[in-house]
Amino acid sequence: MIVLGIETATPRVSVALANHDGVVALIEVDAGRRHAETLVPAIEFACRHADVTLPEIGVVAVDVGPGLFTGMRVGIATAKSLAQALEIPVVPLSSLEVLAHPLRNDERVIVSVIDARKGEIFYGFFRAAGDRVVALAEPRCGTVDELVSDLVGRQQSVVCVGDGARRYREQIVDGYRCDVADAVFPSAASLVAIGDREARIEKWVDADDVAALYLRKPDAEINWSTRESA
Amino acid sequence: MPGMNRDLHVSDSTVVLAIETSCDETAAAVVMGGTEVLSNVVSSQIDLHAAFGGVVPEIASRAHVELLNPIVARALSEANIDSSRVDAVAATYGPGLIGPLLVGVSAAKALAFAWDVPFIGVNHLEAHLYAGLLDDPSLAMPVVVLLVSGGHTMLIEMRGPGEYRLIGQSIDDAAGEAFDKVARFLGLGYPGGPAIDRLAREGDPTAIDFPRAMLNDGFDFSFSGLKTSVMNHVRKSPSVATADVAASFQAAVVDVLVAKTRRAAEHVGARAMVLGGGVAANSLLRERFAAAGDADGRRALLPTREMCTDNAAMIGSAAWYRLRSDGAMPLDTGAFPNLRLTVTP
Ligand SMILES: [Zn+2]
Repeated sequence: MIVLGIETATPRVSVALANHDGVVALIEVDAGRRHAETLVPAIEFACRHADVTLPEIGVVAVDVGPGLFTGMRVGIATAKSLAQALEIPVVPLSSLEVLAHPLRNDERVIVSVIDARKGEIFYGFFRAAGDRVVALAEPRCGTVDELVSDLVGRQQSVVCVGDGARRYREQIVDGYRCDVADAVFPSAASLVAIGDREARIEKWVDADDVAALYLRKPDAEINWSTRESA
Repeated sequence: MPGMNRDLHVSDSTVVLAIETSCDETAAAVVMGGTEVLSNVVSSQIDLHAAFGGVVPEIASRAHVELLNPIVARALSEANIDSSRVDAVAATYGPGLIGPLLVGVSAAKALAFAWDVPFIGVNHLEAHLYAGLLDDPSLAMPVVVLLVSGGHTMLIEMRGPGEYRLIGQSIDDAAGEAFDKVARFLGLGYPGGPAIDRLAREGDPTAIDFPRAMLNDGFDFSFSGLKTSVMNHVRKSPSVATADVAASFQAAVVDVLVAKTRRAAEHVGARAMVLGGGVAANSLLRERFAAAGDADGRRALLPTREMCTDNAAMIGSAAWYRLRSDGAMPLDTGAFPNLRLTVTP
């Protein structure tokens, strides 16, 4: 069975195909805001050159966020519709877990940090456990100061990863001594690895049950509740 | 190559699955041969946006992602067809709100790719022009279409599928926008069109003589002065009956819309005048439009309210004609929030 991985939660569009032996195709494109233009052609290209036909795809693993709302939705809408048309299930995965996955052999606490724009970050804490990473806390949306005070409170050996960690490297390192890993964006290669593992135990959902993980209210709702309380 | 089957023979039995997500309606439809609607499913998000007094793009985008796939499934099952009968998949790719548009375009391209059938991006404005053809497939051309919605007020001459000429349009607010703004000012809530329509029935349309801007001057429209004079009138006479204001405002808008459509129809020698867009659900406009047709001995075509307001059947119809004339679109097609109607010289 082939796993298709779709990753569009950051400015990078990433598509991968894997069988039980590992990745057979990986395409990564700095798409900027052109997620919708790039994604389906990338899937088509990956299938064609890895000699994979659509009926061979048994499951779609998709990054459901947190991340760039518009980008995420392109990936989620595409994954849901492919799953609907091919009549296959979906493995929805958090961008923060996908980002932490390549560090699964690290002894330290892994902190995935994604740039949420507007001076905020999405972040989550993970620890390696065998061939995987497990979440140590609920993912959050907050400021770099809030992350730093979380780190100070934990007093653990930490490695940060992600475009948020890269962007706010100085502020984070000044506040709490830790390393920042080189990886910047979640990769579909991690997505299909986790997806394959979950698919083996049928830990998947129907396309209709795939929900985005926004971690932030829509703008108008925030304005409305501010007005209500004022 | 998948999804690039440009050699598809487009015929009366060609089945298009169409998706519409340009604003706050999540819709899917199955249309055969360009005019036969096999199913037409619309889910309105009005309740989600009412509290904000308008459509909130981020809320609309989130709802489209949740609602779209079950609605596509319903459109297929109500059409009583298996997905293998779908010959092409279409979606609105502009104009509209970028977030909502991207959901529909992404979903449609994924379905087209998975089923290995052509994808067609449809211009939402062009699709509105096909509501008349859906109502009467043998509609004689040319026709003049009055397209009135929250985003647009246009008079278009349609000489046939793909052949349009812009006769006139609003130089400021769209008619639907004027309804929304006046309704908000009068405290009638959102959406403003139905609220004013309802209240106007209890009011006197001749109570206040609001201006009919550019009534006898060309084919363009202007509604922002009317909106301002409604506000000034209410501020000066706070005791005025709100129903009279609503009725008089509505009468002023409808007077101008109908008068210009009649003149445009006369000007181009139209065989019929056709109403389209969300404001076409307004009961006074429908009544006066029909009466104008009777008076002029010209056919006035009033598609049902379901076909006038945003729906996916009109997308499926326009897609069939586009597929026939231009073939499939590539899978790297994106969304175009400011897409214009392509007019022929
Ligand atoms: Zn419309």
